[in-house]
Order: sequence, then C-alpha cells, then structure tokens
Amino acid sequence: MAEAVFFVASLGALGGAVGVVALSNPFYSVLALVGHLLSLAALFLLLRAEFVAAAQVVVYAGAVMVLYVFVVAYIGGEERPVRGAGPGFPLGAPVFAGALFVELCIATLGSGLKAIDSEGAGYEAGFGSPAQIGELFLTRFLLSFELASFLLLVAAVGAVVLARRRRGLEDEEDLAADGRRVISVGDLFRPEGVGTQAESAGLIHERREREERQRREGW
Amino acid sequence: MAIGWYLSVSALVFSIGAAGVLVRRNPLVILLCLELMLNGATLALVAFARMHGNGDGQVFALIVMVVAACEVTIGLGLIVAIHRRRLPVDVDQLRELRG
Repeated sequence: MAEAVFFVASLGALGGAVGVVALSNPFYSVLALVGHLLSLAALFLLLRAEFVAAAQVVVYAGAVMVLYVFVVAYIGGEERPVRGAGPGFPLGAPVFAGALFVELCIATLGSGLKAIDSEGAGYEAGFGSPAQIGELFLTRFLLSFELASFLLLVAAVGAVVLARRRRGLEDEEDLAADGRRVISVGDLFRPEGVGTQAESAGLIHERREREERQRREGW
Repeated sequence: MAIGWYLSVSALVFSIGAAGVLVRRNPLVILLCLELMLNGATLALVAFARMHGNGDGQVFALIVMVVAACEVTIGLGLIVAIHRRRLPVDVDQLRELRG
C-alpha cells in the first residue's frame, strides 16, 4: 500500500514540477505547482510528518498560491515560448540540471549512511504531531521561532514599501462619477508639509490655488 | 519505502527547479521554480527526520516554508513594482544591474 501511494504521489510531484517549467502560460504553471505541493504533502504524510503536511496544504497550496494567482491576474500572464539557456548554448540548462541531479544522488545515496536503505527509525506514537512540533518550537528552537516571526514581519513591511503607489494620486480620483469633488475627512485635518502622496503630486497646492481663485472671483 | 527513494525524488525536484530558473524568462515563473528548489530541500529534510526518528528536521522544514513565504512576498512585490513602472516583465530585458 505504501509503495503504491509513494509511486502515485512522487509521479504527481515530478509531473507538477515538469509542468511548472514546461507550461508556457504562467497561470497554468501556478496550477501545476499547486498539484505538485499537494502530492508533496502526501509524501510528507508517508514520512509521518502530519503537521508539516497540513501546514504545506493550508499555508503553501492555499494562501501563497492564491497570492501568486492574484499577481498573475494583475500582471496579465503572457504566453511566451520557453527558450533554452542562451542563444550560444541552448542545451546548457538541461545539461546543468542533469549534472546537478547526478551530484545530489552521489551526495545523498552515496553517503554510506546505513539507514538510507531502511524504512527509518521505529515509529513512536506522537512523532511529527502538532504537540511534538509545538514543544520543539517553544523549547529547543525558541530563538529560530522568534526570528521567523520577525522575518515575516520584515517581509510584510518590505512588500508594502516595494509595491505601493509612487506616482501620487490621479486628479480624476478626487472626482465622483457625476463630477463633484469628493472631500475626505483626512483632507480637512491633514497638516501641510507632512509629505503625503497627494502633496508630492502637487494636488493640495493645486486645490488651494483653485479655491483662492474661486474666492477672488466672488463665488 | 526506503528513505533513499524519497531522497532521489527530492534531488530530481531540485534539479528540475534549477533547470527552470535557467530556462524561463518570466520572473513570476522563476519564482515558482525557486519554490520547487525549496520544496526539494524540504522533502529531503523531512525524509532525514524520519530516518533519525527525530523531530528537528521537521522544524527545519517549517522554517524553510517561512523563508519561502517571505521570498514570495518580496519577489511578488518587486514584480508588481516593475509592472507599475511600465518596465518589461522579462529578466532578459531587466539587465541594468548586470556587471
């Protein structure tokens, strides 16, 4: 039974990996990666890593892939033919990948570890369960746990800084659909000279001039 | 199944991902191929954790997933910023940083 599940799951993982590389539409590449991640979760279950498998499905195949799908939809995935590594040496990438595979096999399978040909250590109840992982995270690996949370915070802030809008606000955005000005509460109480985007785009200055002109003309 | 089989699958996934990074030109797909390489490493970590009957490898695999999530966030942020500035989303044409 375990052999059959391993065969199907590893075929799914390898097929998904090949699909990510070979499909020309980025959207289908993302879908192939979702299939790959699900098959990998089945392999984790075979290796008695229940919690890692669940995290893989929920966090990776769920949340991260949805982020990818959103960005592909935003960018508009263009279909572009898959090309070789370079015009001078088109076979470079496959040759490099083959050499890397052979080297990794030598490094792991040829390491002389006796347990590599076995099914692994005897299974103890609770191995790979959330309780064991949680205890490890809060005792032996507390520092790496905290560092991981800090890393996630830095990444979130960095993504906001990278992807925010820099060109300032468009003037049209201040107008409602029927042409009337929309004034938000922030516009009334925002002090000047604080470096907002509206200010850097010259909108506040423009608006003050317009109001000044209107007052002069006796509105 | 013997642990060696899992290690071979992980090596294969890693090499396919490395080939993808070299072959593809779309930064989005290059990020996906980086995910493949990280997943190969994760599979090897979990397989070794099973081999030793020790949970440390699984903790390491979870940390690798956190790093992958951070990398995805920053990478997608960069791609969105590139797209906003109307630059081509193609690593062959984005070569201003090339030495």
